[in-house]
Amino acid sequence: MFQGLGAIVYKETRHIIRDPRSLFLMLVIPGLELTIFGFAVNLDIKHIKTGVLNQDKKVESRALLDQFVNSGYFDIVEIYNSEDEISTAMRRGDIKVAIIIPPNYTERISRGDSANIQVLIDGSDSTVAMQALNVSNAIGLRASIKVMGSKLPIPSELPVDIRPRVLFNQDMRTANFMIPGLVGVILQVVVMLLTSFAIVREKEQRTLEQLVVTPVSRFGLMLGKLLPFLGVGICETTSVLLLMIFLFQVPIAGSVSLLAFFALIFLFTTLGMGLLVSTFAQNQIQALQISFVILLPSFLLSGFMFPQETMPTIIYWIGQVVPATYFIRILRGIILRDAGFWDLWHNGAILAIMGVVIIIIATFRFHKTIG
Amino acid sequence: MEQPPAFSHRDSVIVVSELTKVFGNLVAVDRVSFTVKERDIFGLLGPNGSGKTTLIRMLCGILNPTSGNASVLGYDVLRESEEIKRSIGYMSQQFSLYSDLTVIENLNFYAKVYGIPKKERKGKLEEVIEIVGIKPYLNQMSGSLSGGWKQRLALACALVHSPKLLFLDEPTAGIDPVARRDLWNLLFELSARGTTFFVTTHYMDEAERCSHLGYIYFSKLIACGTPEELKRIPNVTPEGFRRHELRVERLTEAMKELLKLDFVGDATMFSDVIHVLIKEGYAEEVKIYLVRNGFNVYDLREIPPTLEDVFVSLTRSFKG
Repeated sequence: MFQGLGAIVYKETRHIIRDPRSLFLMLVIPGLELTIFGFAVNLDIKHIKTGVLNQDKKVESRALLDQFVNSGYFDIVEIYNSEDEISTAMRRGDIKVAIIIPPNYTERISRGDSANIQVLIDGSDSTVAMQALNVSNAIGLRASIKVMGSKLPIPSELPVDIRPRVLFNQDMRTANFMIPGLVGVILQVVVMLLTSFAIVREKEQRTLEQLVVTPVSRFGLMLGKLLPFLGVGICETTSVLLLMIFLFQVPIAGSVSLLAFFALIFLFTTLGMGLLVSTFAQNQIQALQISFVILLPSFLLSGFMFPQETMPTIIYWIGQVVPATYFIRILRGIILRDAGFWDLWHNGAILAIMGVVIIIIATFRFHKTIG
Repeated sequence: MEQPPAFSHRDSVIVVSELTKVFGNLVAVDRVSFTVKERDIFGLLGPNGSGKTTLIRMLCGILNPTSGNASVLGYDVLRESEEIKRSIGYMSQQFSLYSDLTVIENLNFYAKVYGIPKKERKGKLEEVIEIVGIKPYLNQMSGSLSGGWKQRLALACALVHSPKLLFLDEPTAGIDPVARRDLWNLLFELSARGTTFFVTTHYMDEAERCSHLGYIYFSKLIACGTPEELKRIPNVTPEGFRRHELRVERLTEAMKELLKLDFVGDATMFSDVIHVLIKEGYAEEVKIYLVRNGFNVYDLREIPPTLEDVFVSLTRSFKG
């Protein structure tokens, strides 16, 4: 009944040992990924990027800001001088919360009057927004009690009157935040896999061997392979965006043509990654294995699921080399916050530079493989 | 090695001089020199891993030699590889066309890759379709063709730009004997029209069909010439020895007995005969010895060496 069991087990073990690439993927990568992603997976929302416009600038207002910082939920990353600067920063995605302290804050508090503190919250990420809302309300209450404790009579309004205002995704729908990110991640994975498969197939079926002895040029071959997939990528982007709008009811607040422009840059970079993967893989299974290594960070470190601010520094930087990170920022910027070209151009520029570098490396390696 | 002077009026198509390729510690091709002339069918023989493929890749301009020179159709392999690629045809041992494209789609693709102008394309394709006779299969998926037809399609694709020189790397590996013969007849036909061939093979009957042969062993070209010239190499039949074909019962045991005799130089077993090198005048002695030891000898006669004898002897003497 078990005839040959021992022989097969022995042979199979040999296969595993003889294939160092798969062995590496089997033993090292899971441990590495668990370590990296274990740190990244963090649903406690702390260290929310916060900007401040302090028109009061006196001790009392600084004390209030200290309370925000000491709560651990807000990291003040920038001090602004006008409301215009603040709204730009929020559109760009530089800050998620802005605290605006009125000019006469210290004066009103010492007089026993009520002072309005505006807290602007980016509602794109409903979880972050909800947290920011609750914590800032609590801070307002605590500061008020402290003020009231030393002074009487009790005023009709709270002295430190925190007035949160949710910008963008006002009704704080989770779908509005998740779906655009999902669009970015899905495109990254599918386009990269398709491209790498198409090129590896030529190696697998040995058709590349025939092609290299023809006068086909290196760029003719590479561009010729990439262009049809750019077409496929454009169709895919269009279809997932249409699904997003009509099935999931996530409207695009900003310019569609701007989104299309950045999407083209992203597709270019992703095609390059597919090309690069194909230079490492000898067959489609290997291409899939390598892509898998790139796939997880695209999901977990790109800011798609977990806010990048809370990640430990090293892991944060790993997230910064994933192209999906920048495209997700662009998608959320345009779809949720009506961000314009100048709000997002740096993300596009990084994507483009990444694309160029990846294509150069891939071209170099590609030439070596066929040589 | 020089070609016989009778052929010297033909142009040299491939001139290789001291060509060497080193991969790390491995010398894959070691100071190889030879010349191939117009309309030759040059057969390169040698065991697997002896450097045949590396040599072909250098001649096709896709691998740079470490040292030495080679020119193909007058172009230098190092500096003018693009010109070489434009003017040669190449067919590999494994089917390396797109199996999910039809026959005609593959042909069209290669016609475009070789930059044949649209106006000439149709006529050119009709010509190669006619030559290889693949017309009945034009709309069939290439992957579903039989081995022989796949090779014919590959040949057609290699011919679309009318190359003067064709490299065939083990073109008949894995196809049936009838298809193999048909393919060779096709090569002769093309050769008669003026095409030069550079072919690698493992089959001795194919080697016999080549006009010139080179034998590469452990990265070195150890013999080169026409099949007749190779058979006359002194090492093959050492002085004072004669090659005999022996038909005897119990071949394996007979062979062991033969090798004990000092007037037997060498013995090689084939399916039903043994080729023996016997000292001149000792043939009868061998026969008597075998009979005395209880072997029934059916036949023992002198024969000229076959190419297989040539390569076996060359390999042995090279090792020795």
